[in-house]
Amino acid sequence: MNDAAGMGDSMAVFKTRMGAAFPGSHAVFRGCDLHTQLQHLGWVDLLVFGITGRRFIAEQLRLLESLWVLTSYPDARLWNNRVAALAGTTRSTPDLAMTAALGVSEATIYGHRNEVRALSFFLRTHQRMQGGASLAECIADHLQQQGKLAGYGRPLASGDERIAPTMALARELGLADGPHLTLAFEVDRFLQAQGHALRMNYGALVAALGADLGLSPREFALYLFPIFMAGMPPCYLEAADQPAGALFVPDCEAIRYEGCGKRDWP
Amino acid sequence: MSVSPIHTHIWLEEAEADNPFATRAAYCHGYDVYGQMLGKAGWADMVFLLFRGEAPQAAQAQLLTTLAVALANPGPRDPAVHAAMCGGVGGSTAASSLMAALAVGAGQCGGAREVYLAMQAWVDCGMDLPRWLHRIASPPWARDDVWPVPDHPIGFDPRGVTTSTLVRQTLDALACLLPGARLSWLQAHRKDLEAMAQRPVALTLVAATALADLGFSAQEGEMLHLILRLPGAAAHALEQSHYGFKRFPFPRIELEDATA
Repeated sequence: MNDAAGMGDSMAVFKTRMGAAFPGSHAVFRGCDLHTQLQHLGWVDLLVFGITGRRFIAEQLRLLESLWVLTSYPDARLWNNRVAALAGTTRSTPDLAMTAALGVSEATIYGHRNEVRALSFFLRTHQRMQGGASLAECIADHLQQQGKLAGYGRPLASGDERIAPTMALARELGLADGPHLTLAFEVDRFLQAQGHALRMNYGALVAALGADLGLSPREFALYLFPIFMAGMPPCYLEAADQPAGALFVPDCEAIRYEGCGKRDWP
Repeated sequence: MSVSPIHTHIWLEEAEADNPFATRAAYCHGYDVYGQMLGKAGWADMVFLLFRGEAPQAAQAQLLTTLAVALANPGPRDPAVHAAMCGGVGGSTAASSLMAALAVGAGQCGGAREVYLAMQAWVDCGMDLPRWLHRIASPPWARDDVWPVPDHPIGFDPRGVTTSTLVRQTLDALACLLPGARLSWLQAHRKDLEAMAQRPVALTLVAATALADLGFSAQEGEMLHLILRLPGAAAHALEQSHYGFKRFPFPRIELEDATA
């Protein structure tokens, strides 16, 4: 059977390549002194360096930040934002509100799980098509194995208002010609030609751009974490400024009970 | 009345005559929770009822209670409890300590996602040894997701040497409460499975088996595993807040070459 060798004693000595704090002296971030070598970096720059270990050029960083900006909706009805608002109405703390709302954003029918799946699809499909497979084959195989095509279709709406401004910016920055972005639109056209009502959504666009920037699915998931965050504090604040317990707390009649009838506890 | 009601098969609330927001009576799957269940139903009864929609048989309630005791405190070495203690020692909010325990305890190595995957294995393999052996040898293909691809046989301890006493004791205690079901099968075939996995059975597989025997789905089992492990995380988080950071482990650092 297995042996326990190799576990090491990381609670005694923690070995790392990523960095460390030396209180009173300095801090190291991926081999660089944070205060003398990286102090000029913007936050997005530092974040993606921390995620990938690579440095991105100014145009890429602007695009990565803008992808967050263009989907920051301070709409407390949206499910993840609603968590922040509910925390506001119950007078919970800002950090709990934000972290819970961001955690919920790792969702399937929207959000991070959807977008990571879309990126994985684009990476795999592009690679297969480079090897000679047709798009129709790739989509058919994907649907057979995974059931759904992430990044196409959208809950609550059919069109996606974020695509045009994102594409305008990507073109302005010279980042609109990558193979995965081209593929994303090709898939959209293919689905249209097949008579599917599902249109490409922002998740597919962000995923394709992420793939063109060389992000792996795991790197992309880490980059996505704060993508909805800017819209959340306003939801929390407005709820917190209203009377306690006033927002999104329905009366008893708002419950439509569809279960079994009343009965005695045995 | 709101335009969009909350649809539920679980819960009915009736309002007080003078306030539509105050509850006069609440029914869980038809049972009057405050009027009849309080004082009669145990915690396991309520949990079982919430998820399964029926009151448990006595043996089922006892099995769930026993599992809850087994899972209540994974101990301070466990990553989820460790995460909660990191919250406690720094004076973080109570909820953040539990959120830390949930996030870490959600994982595929010793956590709730491993229970979910093991319960899927029960659905796919049943009590069919060749199917289990095949699944261990050839794990099912993983869909694209934010979850990492499992890196060890699901339900087995990647760091284990032999089956731990704790795991064997838990399996024995649970199996005798519901004879003839999956737990008994696991008892009988544990060594066959371990030989194929080349690793000992982990507590996650025992928990998954008990939860499957109780009729929970994989999704329900995942949720319950998260819930049932929280008491120990909470207690240890509070304890470390009393000990203070000076008595909490803080490893010495050894920086390696970042370019290597």
